[in-house]
Amino acid sequence: MNTTIWSLAGIGAVALVTFLLGYVGSRKANTTPDFLVARRSVPATRNAAAISGEYLSAASFLGVAGLVLKDGIDALWYPIGFTAGYLALLLFVAAPLRRSGAYTLPDFAEARLGSTNLRHFCTFFVVCIGVLYLVPQLQSAGLTLTTITGLPSWIGALAVTVIVVVNVLGGGMRAITLVQAFQYWGKLFAIAAPTFVLFVVFLASPSQGTQPIDDNGVMRFPKSEVVEIKESVRLRVTEPMTLRAEGTVDGAPANGSVYWREGRYEIGPNTKLSFTAGSPVPVVDGAPPNNDSWMRPQVGGIWNLFETYSLIFATFLGTMGLPHVLVRFYTNPDGKAARRTALHVLYLLGLFYLFPTVLGVLSRLYLPRLLVNGKTDAAVLMLPEAMVPNLGGQILGAIIAAGAFAAFLSTSSGLVVSVAGVVSTDIMPGKVRDFRWATVFTGMVAIGLALLLPRSDASLTVAMSFALAASTFCPLLVLGIWWRGLTWVGAVCGMIIGGGAVITAYALSVVSSYTGHWAPGVFTQPALITVPIAFLTMIVVSKATRRRRPQDVNQILLRLHAPDPLGFIKDRDIARFGTAEEKARLAESKPRGSTRSL
Amino acid sequence: MSRHDAGAPEPAARDEWLGESARKPRRRRVVLADTTKSRGKAMRTLIELEEQTSVGEKLVRDLIKQQLRSAFGLAGMVLLGLCFLPFLFFAFPQIADIKLLGIHLPWLVLGLAPFPILYAVGWVFRRQAERHERDFVNMVDR
Repeated sequence: MNTTIWSLAGIGAVALVTFLLGYVGSRKANTTPDFLVARRSVPATRNAAAISGEYLSAASFLGVAGLVLKDGIDALWYPIGFTAGYLALLLFVAAPLRRSGAYTLPDFAEARLGSTNLRHFCTFFVVCIGVLYLVPQLQSAGLTLTTITGLPSWIGALAVTVIVVVNVLGGGMRAITLVQAFQYWGKLFAIAAPTFVLFVVFLASPSQGTQPIDDNGVMRFPKSEVVEIKESVRLRVTEPMTLRAEGTVDGAPANGSVYWREGRYEIGPNTKLSFTAGSPVPVVDGAPPNNDSWMRPQVGGIWNLFETYSLIFATFLGTMGLPHVLVRFYTNPDGKAARRTALHVLYLLGLFYLFPTVLGVLSRLYLPRLLVNGKTDAAVLMLPEAMVPNLGGQILGAIIAAGAFAAFLSTSSGLVVSVAGVVSTDIMPGKVRDFRWATVFTGMVAIGLALLLPRSDASLTVAMSFALAASTFCPLLVLGIWWRGLTWVGAVCGMIIGGGAVITAYALSVVSSYTGHWAPGVFTQPALITVPIAFLTMIVVSKATRRRRPQDVNQILLRLHAPDPLGFIKDRDIARFGTAEEKARLAESKPRGSTRSL
Repeated sequence: MSRHDAGAPEPAARDEWLGESARKPRRRRVVLADTTKSRGKAMRTLIELEEQTSVGEKLVRDLIKQQLRSAFGLAGMVLLGLCFLPFLFFAFPQIADIKLLGIHLPWLVLGLAPFPILYAVGWVFRRQAERHERDFVNMVDR
């Protein structure tokens, strides 16, 4: 119970500081007559911290360590890809995109190719990617609150949705650089400090409380343990064992001692499994069953290799197409500063991603029970208490919980703002009221899907939205910026085929997860196939529709690439083309000064 | 600008954003950021750029080609390097047995090494891109 109080206090502190900074920041922005000029004087380092703060989501904070715990070394490709994505962004789009003066992706597409049809397609995919990215944030929020307080997971997801929507509506959580920058440093501290402490604890007494491994690399429970399974899982048993089960196993009610031989077992929801000390640890189906295969890279055969390549492609090329990333780049003064910011983001992300790996490895030693109930995303949250079962552990746990909460809040707010901004300007008339409705609508769709879709690991679902971004917006951006020959017909065709393939693959893998896991890994990681298809379609169709090339393509490319001192940069009219959030701010700053509900 | 007319963007707005030259070829005064140098020649080059005469177009094409070459070269290098690692581990599983400072080599290679390398590549690109732009400005500004 003590842990709950500490963690809730930590979460409360994060929420409070966020509110306060947002309040101060938005008041300051309101008193500045030209709000945009104030924003463009943000130094590159702080801007980079803000971008990182928004980018480091639940998938990074909880998901990476969870995947390392479950999948072992192959999961390290996630942090590598999440970071490398910013390199691709720096190389191909950062400076030209900033110079284009576009605020959102649909904006860019319309400016470059001059087609409102294309704009509508872009809007559709921005909403898809945004919602797909929001769902794991909300699901992880539910998981976090369940882990801390034991409440059912829908309460946590609902709570975060409500907080984010209310914040965005009230204006307390606007995309203000200071808040996001603070959240980056907060998150870094929340993961770095516990990592240092726990690592020292581990070095001081390496064998205390850890699970012993026998000569065959089979993991065993160090002491007798009761594992409660809330959502149904499929377990893989590699060594015969006896245990007590209360609940449903393989569809039949079980109550008492059972004997499991090698094979796969379907465990129903609300089942209690009691393991004796020294009994082998059964693992969730699909994870490496013993430590030896966990330790070694690429032991899963050719399909595993394919999935790794697919993941590298999706994350490397997908980052540039995420809706909440581009908006933040607009706060840079010019193209050169955009490049510097992207470079600094590489440094900040690289620094952060050193820590989840260490936590994941440690939790493999201390928390084998998470492999049984499949909630590996909770590893980071539970590790401090498992390693240091006293007040110190509780405080560390509270710090981590607060950091995780900061991660949900910042990423979800950024996503809701950018999706609602696009929805309200492109689908609705684009007034302040429409922005508010769009926010509520986005929140409702996201929470609905979060409760409806099966919860898989945060990083996996996030990787899916990266795949979607890489197969739609990446070719549009790269070809649009570097190739004169792109036409809007080609862009639309490429996005439909690339994006359609990813959405189909995702739908099939969701169906398969309900009907017996028949879909191969290609369906959860389709980027290696869909990205080249999308690029190819765009190029071929553009060549076929050559006469639809915009007449002014030369001027546009000049504007995108001409060095900043020549003065070709021209920002689009803010009142017309700004995101609704910015419009709301502009509109509000005129009639009233500081009265603002938080 | 009233906030009620902010619906779907009309073509006129786009033309406005693109500048006058997109609609009709008309001379337009462009002010350089640097006002101290003599501006006669530079102005002519700038106007050539803006109006996309054959000279201006050639200049911009060259700049884009240069930048693209840098970006593609570095991106290709990184992507090849990253994609080579899984294959290496797949083809030679014995690499996993090598230990460095008590940690298995692949964990070091994947957990630590990529981040400084990615930063270094980004740094090199930033330098190259800024040099290309400086050269371009110098050429225009001669």
